[in-house]
Amino acid sequence: MTRQMTGARMVVQALKDQGVEVVFGYPGGAVLPIYDEIFQQNDIRHILVRHEQGAIHMAEGYARSTGKVGVALVTSGPGATNAVTGLTDALLDSIPLVVLTGQVPTFMIGTDAFQEADTIGITRPCTKHNWLVKDTEKLSETIHQAFHVASHGRPGPVLIDIPKDVQFATGTYTPMEKTRVSHYQPRVKGDPEAIAAMVEMMETAERPVFYTGGGVINSGVKASALLREFVAATGFPITSTLMGLGAYPASGTAWLGMLGMHGLYEANLAMHGCDLMINIGARFDDRITGRIPDFSPHSKKVHVDIDPSSINKVIRVDVGIVGDIAHVLEEALALWKSRGSRVNKVGLAKWWAQIATWRAVKCLGYKGSTKVIKPQYALERLEALTKGMDRYITTEVGQHQMWAAQYLGFEAPNRWMTSGGLGTMGYGLPASIGVQIAHPDSLVINVAGEASWLMNMQEMGTAMQFRAPVKQFILNNERLGMVRQWQELLHGERYSQSWSESLPDFVKLAEAFGCKGVQVTDPKDLDDAIMEMIRYDGPFIFDCRVEKHENCFPMIPSGKPHNEMLLGDADTQGVIGAKGAVLV
Amino acid sequence: MSPLNIKKSASSHSAYELRDPNAPVIETHTLAVIVENEPGVLARVIGLFTARGYNIDSLTVAEVDHTSHRSRITVVTTGTPEVIVQIKAQLARMVPVYEVHDLTVEGPAVQRELALLKVAGKGEARIEALRLAEIFRAHVVDSTLESFVFEMTGTPEKIDSFAELMRPLGLREMARTGVAALSRGV
Repeated sequence: MTRQMTGARMVVQALKDQGVEVVFGYPGGAVLPIYDEIFQQNDIRHILVRHEQGAIHMAEGYARSTGKVGVALVTSGPGATNAVTGLTDALLDSIPLVVLTGQVPTFMIGTDAFQEADTIGITRPCTKHNWLVKDTEKLSETIHQAFHVASHGRPGPVLIDIPKDVQFATGTYTPMEKTRVSHYQPRVKGDPEAIAAMVEMMETAERPVFYTGGGVINSGVKASALLREFVAATGFPITSTLMGLGAYPASGTAWLGMLGMHGLYEANLAMHGCDLMINIGARFDDRITGRIPDFSPHSKKVHVDIDPSSINKVIRVDVGIVGDIAHVLEEALALWKSRGSRVNKVGLAKWWAQIATWRAVKCLGYKGSTKVIKPQYALERLEALTKGMDRYITTEVGQHQMWAAQYLGFEAPNRWMTSGGLGTMGYGLPASIGVQIAHPDSLVINVAGEASWLMNMQEMGTAMQFRAPVKQFILNNERLGMVRQWQELLHGERYSQSWSESLPDFVKLAEAFGCKGVQVTDPKDLDDAIMEMIRYDGPFIFDCRVEKHENCFPMIPSGKPHNEMLLGDADTQGVIGAKGAVLV
Repeated sequence: MSPLNIKKSASSHSAYELRDPNAPVIETHTLAVIVENEPGVLARVIGLFTARGYNIDSLTVAEVDHTSHRSRITVVTTGTPEVIVQIKAQLARMVPVYEVHDLTVEGPAVQRELALLKVAGKGEARIEALRLAEIFRAHVVDSTLESFVFEMTGTPEKIDSFAELMRPLGLREMARTGVAALSRGV
């Protein structure tokens, strides 16, 4: 069946065929024909954002919480350049997105036309792949290919730049099943020999640890289920990166908590002291490894990743397995069982005894207060009052993000949306809206800091317009807390530009947007206010005034190994040397 | 300082030293990258090298199969063995890349480069230039009373040494294509 239609109609048709239900976007001159088509149909819902960066983060939140591809539509020039931060964010966190940008007509490309930008050139390093479509005949095929590329292999953002004349012109629609999905077919099955090597190492290891990451989430719910089964069957301890939280439940007995720069003491020391590290879908990020030469010096390392370039990029491993997590785990589990489900019971018992002593340090302890709200306390209360609810959490970037990762428990995958790799302040509010659009009846909370939150606060308008009852839980310390913490540790307590001056009145701001806000300063009022937030039918801005100079601990200072963590009451002066100060 | 009283290691390495360009072993590898000849594919490959701080010593590209639109990019690069492995992995995962061959490790390969050299001179120097050109099997492709343009193909080293000899004899300009390479045998 061949069908003739305009490029603009093709876009909408291709999106429908791909099962797209929601598009986050913002119109403009170069995408008017597509918007005209969107106007004339009801299958695809369009969420009108307030800034294109918001559209990309919403699509990210939508994608991360559903496992589907997120779709955004923006215009040429500034529309496309505003999308760049979101694209880079999605690239670093491996979030599948298809972003459509309008472009000036083909005959005007290169003339510095109005709202012209070299979108393909600008976004080439921040997308997994991108296409400029100059011929309507190729448009639908390109869109189908784009969905394939975004969602296969290591997921990531792709972009299609569509000149306006290509949208107007008529061409033949190529349906999905007739599309040549190119040669791009990344390997999903792991090498059996490497899997066997891993299983053999698991059978004898005395001090093993699973180190899991966002790849488990990306692989799908089956990967998380297999991981849980594997952990339960082996009795190995498990830790996870920021991006991987929820793949293994926080209430699980083998759970050590998050690892890394602000990870838990027991998780980091287990990583440092293990004799077998099984990295599943994580990438040895510098927030995880600390000082490379001292990173887990006495362990054998296995790395399972769908991206071959992740293996041996930062840390040299003994066994590298390229493949999809679910496929590899399934085969490894089956092989391990068929060989008799063996583990080193004596070694493991000693290892758990050792871990128990680390756990006993209770690294998340903090000095409570009856006068001011400690940010950790605020999150403990939020956790206690929302635990067990159908809950999704997004965050901005900074201290609050780390505290949220430490004090909130995630029982299932796809429930935690945060900007890990790029560390994009301003991610959380739009991401929470994207999540809420995908899960209209769930409780969606953005744990924020006031400085990050202000970066994309215009999206409260989007939340109001589309009745997305997102809860903005702002830990307001009137500081750029993490910057301030580093200035305290590294720059002689000279707090250069790291305070929030002239903050808005968040309660009045909420009213201005037409929703509800509350300010809480007294720890006694916290619980009631949180309950009010949860019960309120609509978007809610919670201005939680917290201790201003609280530091985020535990912390591995830059350039230090895992076993040199700082706990809360440490004397933090001069702990980071000149070499560490160069690192970020 | 640490409340744990764990002795600090004596190492002073930082987390970023893995990429130290002055790391001991630097190898030169010739890679053949077979790509879909789509717009921007060369920019994509070059962008990868610049973005990740890899070296390009030489780079050639042309479509080698017009029916299936395949281009062959031959890139000569240098780096530590770890970096070379990374370069190959990074290239191989790009969407328009079909194959990556490391001709340096995949067995013997032939490497050729074409160069044009303009040499100006009179008298003895001019005769000497012509004599050396004959030894190097360079052809004269243009001649005036005061100059020659030599064309030669060979390994980059051969072209280097010919150019060195031409310098005192009046080498004015040189154009080089960069390396094209194929593995030997089938």
